[in-house]
Amino acid sequence: MSAPNAAAGDPKVVVRGLSKRFRRGREEMLVLDAIDLEIARGEFVCILGPSGCGKSTLLNLLGGFEEADAGTILIDGEKVTRPDPRRIFVFQDYGIFPWATVRENIALGLLRRPAKEREEIVARYVELIGLQGFEDSYPGELSGGMKQRVAVARALAVSPEIVFMDEPLGALDSLTRLSMRRELLRIWQRERMTIALVTHDVDESLQLADRVVVMTSRPGRIAGIVPVALPHPRDPGSPAYNALKRQLFELLGVRADV
Amino acid sequence: MSLGALVTAALAAVAIVASRGLRQRAQAVVLPIATGVLLLALWHLWAESTRYQIATPGEPVRTVEVFPTPERTLVAFRELLSDGRLVRYSIASLFRVAVGFLLAAAIGIPLGLWAGWSTRASYSINPFVQALRPISPLAWIPIATLAFGIRDEAAIFIIFLGSFFPIVTGTMTAVRSMPVAYVRSAHNFGLRKFELLAHVVFPAALPQIITSLRIALGVAWLVIVAAEMNAIQSGLGFLIVDARNMGMRYDLVVAAMLVIGAIGIGLDFLVRRLERIDSVRWGFTKE
Repeated sequence: MSAPNAAAGDPKVVVRGLSKRFRRGREEMLVLDAIDLEIARGEFVCILGPSGCGKSTLLNLLGGFEEADAGTILIDGEKVTRPDPRRIFVFQDYGIFPWATVRENIALGLLRRPAKEREEIVARYVELIGLQGFEDSYPGELSGGMKQRVAVARALAVSPEIVFMDEPLGALDSLTRLSMRRELLRIWQRERMTIALVTHDVDESLQLADRVVVMTSRPGRIAGIVPVALPHPRDPGSPAYNALKRQLFELLGVRADV
Repeated sequence: MSLGALVTAALAAVAIVASRGLRQRAQAVVLPIATGVLLLALWHLWAESTRYQIATPGEPVRTVEVFPTPERTLVAFRELLSDGRLVRYSIASLFRVAVGFLLAAAIGIPLGLWAGWSTRASYSINPFVQALRPISPLAWIPIATLAFGIRDEAAIFIIFLGSFFPIVTGTMTAVRSMPVAYVRSAHNFGLRKFELLAHVVFPAALPQIITSLRIALGVAWLVIVAAEMNAIQSGLGFLIVDARNMGMRYDLVVAAMLVIGAIGIGLDFLVRRLERIDSVRWGFTKE
């Protein structure tokens, strides 16, 4: 398994033998079983799998929010033990604060910077996500897509080396999701940070990722890693795209036709 | 007089029944007025029915009113207004409620935040909060009198107890029910302890804290009357006891009761205005 799990370039993230159990009463469940994975610097990786396959748990471990039962996670050769502003986690819901304005939300990681610098950074990222004019709006006044953009801007404002995204577009309608994917790619191509994004949407992973890590459930294991060597923008009608799509469905053990 | 009240009551009842045909907005105006009129008329009829006459030989026949009518109560209200007692006593009661309530908030909110956040604090504090909470503040009156004497402090202590427990419990629950993603985000962005409290924990809990303040102020106003009945020489509670003891002035009693009710509504209205602050509105609107 080690060959396809290795990242192409200089690995930013190295996961070795990572296992995680959940205990509920007397029952014990193996959620992640000996995961090996490498993510290269500046790479966009999607972790694809059905719900309950442990992909979110894997991401939480990478983010430093939970502790593994076995195995290690190294980022830049350093063991991950806790969350760190160099690696920002974007949540599907509840990530941004409803009591704070767009401006205040984006400034969350900039509290100790001088006011002037903070304002400049916030202005830059408000512009990047195209929310000029909404700086003083509260999340409750924004659409789902706008909220998710604020979450992304808040993450990017601290110039993280890695961004972890847990189904960041899952709560959006399918049309907004499409335009958000495009936006995410545009931002990634500009900022060139490393991204690990968890999704259960095959198309999402194929349109975004350099490599797709396919997971299966009970226990959560990596079924295979599929490099997507197509240039952006990726046409979902092209034969190459569809060949990859079939490969992903096969790894997931699901039939693509209905 | 009595016939007039009967007719009024009948008309009000008809208005309530007939209002089915009205639009909702018209109902919102007609129904409360009609119910109010109906209640007033029934009150009047009932008060009149308790009236009786005393005939002593050699003296003119005397009419004794047991329960005051609405008219008598209005006269009593004017009396309280003109002799200054209404304002003086209201201020006295409001002062005690304000001090007790603010004290309870000043201690209860930080304590609730702490007990909601730290498991150790919760283990140390919560059992005692929960054990003391079901004891009515009124049960503390003898102890309060023993400790503070017949002074403002005793009444303020009772108010404090009445408001303290809803505030601590509400704040604690608010912190505990906070979505884990809020705290994770804060840790992720490297917020320090105080920043976490000021920028995340407190604002996240604030809507529920405001709700608990609203409940607490309601309780505080509820117990003020009893707190002041205990021989304190001012306040609306004192007025009620005093009016009865000094000459069976039940018209003053009822007038004072209505004033207490009106001020209670006013206080609730004031706290509810807090719900409209920009940074807490999210907690009061359903998406």
